[in-house]
Amino acid sequence: MSAILKVEGMTHRFGGLRAVSDFNLEVPEGAIYGLIGPNGSGKTTTFNLITGIYTPTEGRILFEGRDITGAKPYRIVQAGAARTFQNLRIFGSMSVLDNIRVARHYTTKSGFFRSVLRTPSFKREEAAVREESMALLALMRLEGRAKEEAKNLPYGELRRLEIARALATRPRLLLLDEPAAGMNPKEVADLMALIARVRDEFKVTVFLIEHHMKVVKGICERVKVIDFGETIAEGEPDEVCRDPKVLEAYLGKRGA
Amino acid sequence: MGNFRIPKLALSALALFVVVGGLSLAGVLNGYIVHIVNLSLIYVILAVSLNLINGITGQFSLGHMGFAAVGAYASGAVTTLVFRLQPGTASGYAVFVGAIVLGGLAAAAVGFLIGFPSLRLKGDYLAIVTLGFGEIIRTILNNIPAVGGPRGLLGIPKFSGFGVILLAALAALVVIRNLIESSPGRAMLAIRENELAAELVGVDTTKYKVLAFMVGAFFAGVAGGLLAHLLQMAHPTQFGFMGSVLVLIMVYSGGVGSLTGSVVAAFALTFLSEVLRIVIDAAAGATGLPIGGEWRMVVYALLLILIMLYRTEGLMGTRESKLVLLGEDKP
Repeated sequence: MSAILKVEGMTHRFGGLRAVSDFNLEVPEGAIYGLIGPNGSGKTTTFNLITGIYTPTEGRILFEGRDITGAKPYRIVQAGAARTFQNLRIFGSMSVLDNIRVARHYTTKSGFFRSVLRTPSFKREEAAVREESMALLALMRLEGRAKEEAKNLPYGELRRLEIARALATRPRLLLLDEPAAGMNPKEVADLMALIARVRDEFKVTVFLIEHHMKVVKGICERVKVIDFGETIAEGEPDEVCRDPKVLEAYLGKRGA
Repeated sequence: MGNFRIPKLALSALALFVVVGGLSLAGVLNGYIVHIVNLSLIYVILAVSLNLINGITGQFSLGHMGFAAVGAYASGAVTTLVFRLQPGTASGYAVFVGAIVLGGLAAAAVGFLIGFPSLRLKGDYLAIVTLGFGEIIRTILNNIPAVGGPRGLLGIPKFSGFGVILLAALAALVVIRNLIESSPGRAMLAIRENELAAELVGVDTTKYKVLAFMVGAFFAGVAGGLLAHLLQMAHPTQFGFMGSVLVLIMVYSGGVGSLTGSVVAAFALTFLSEVLRIVIDAAAGATGLPIGGEWRMVVYALLLILIMLYRTEGLMGTRESKLVLLGEDKP
């Protein structure tokens, strides 16, 4: 298996603070890959760098062999890497269906004039987008909510909506920022099954940040552990969890 | 399936046309009332197009009248200075329509020009830049002798009438409504909701903000052109900051994001303005206090404060009347 995402020597400084330091990564195509680490260890910053929200101070990011370092976020999405957020960023006063449809936006050809004139090609395209979006909602068991204002959905459904929205951009790499945050054990179990299913049905590679060790051990095939922006371990979840350096980072010196 | 409601909107416009036209022919409505209806419809165009920028796309623009000024002067220059048209001929009317469209395009071009540098700014900063833009336009017009300088561009032929203004208002409504209920429109709404998330579902946010500014500016330019050919003049002070604020009040009192609200508020506030003119004059006469027409702005400002305190979402919120909406998928 080749690497779908490759990061080489990535460093990011906020002023004098090195938030991410000499970060190297190879996510194999088709994998479910985990990035873990204590609070403030630089996980979300790493995601923000990969998805173009920040530009790294040093280093390169390669997606499917193409250099995407410093590209604008929407370009990276259009190239095939989509993400979700730890603190949800749903389009609250749009309908659930429109949340999905807007993510299909860049693949539609109808621009201003076709949309305003409501041409036959525009209508065909709208019908196709609608159908696909409804199918995606059905997969997430949200089809009954299609016309509701998104902000009225309960938390667990919002999480699924965000994953559905990311999938609607037709990604080959899906980055999930703490997908199990704030979920109860039942929801966590459902989520794990969902992520595995999404990987198989959509043929995406999943790269996720997670605090929940159960999720990491349950579905990740490989994990990387970072602390203070530095990589401290990498390998299979079980072996990594026994690594003394990892235990130290999570539990302090005496815990190890 | 969506299209069967377009005739509904056209039908209500036709009904308005028949009622106003019929009543004024029958002598029930005098020229003054028809004039106020015309002004209201011009404000409908201004409010609906500003709503696309402020309400739908969530960008705070304070310089909408600047675009209207560009349209007014550009179209006025064509009909008055270039062609020296007189009303009444069919060919003259064709040139007038062309000049109005040209005025809109000129405004859209200006929208494009100010769009690119300023749309990297957000919120308050964008508001300040657009405010500055409006003032710059006004000052430039004040200092070009060819278009009358501070005297304004006078002697513009009276081509605007109820029919053409109604058609233009209808066109603005249909175009902006169709835009909202389409892929580009959803991209604009997503920018309003959460710009970063919009970018991360693949929306080129700069492109759609500029598009919103250009479409909004186009219709503002058309409105400005129609106004100039209604009042038979274009004057720098017509298009000042207070004018932009008035349109802004219409958008916010009608409901940010609701085209229906903008239409209702444009009519209500234009008529209110005339009522206030009479009431304030009467009050000044009765009490001997030195108050004049400009006190209307005090009432508007109070209205805006009350709306912000007690009904932040405006008259309609984001809801739309079934007349305006295509909307099979709205919540």
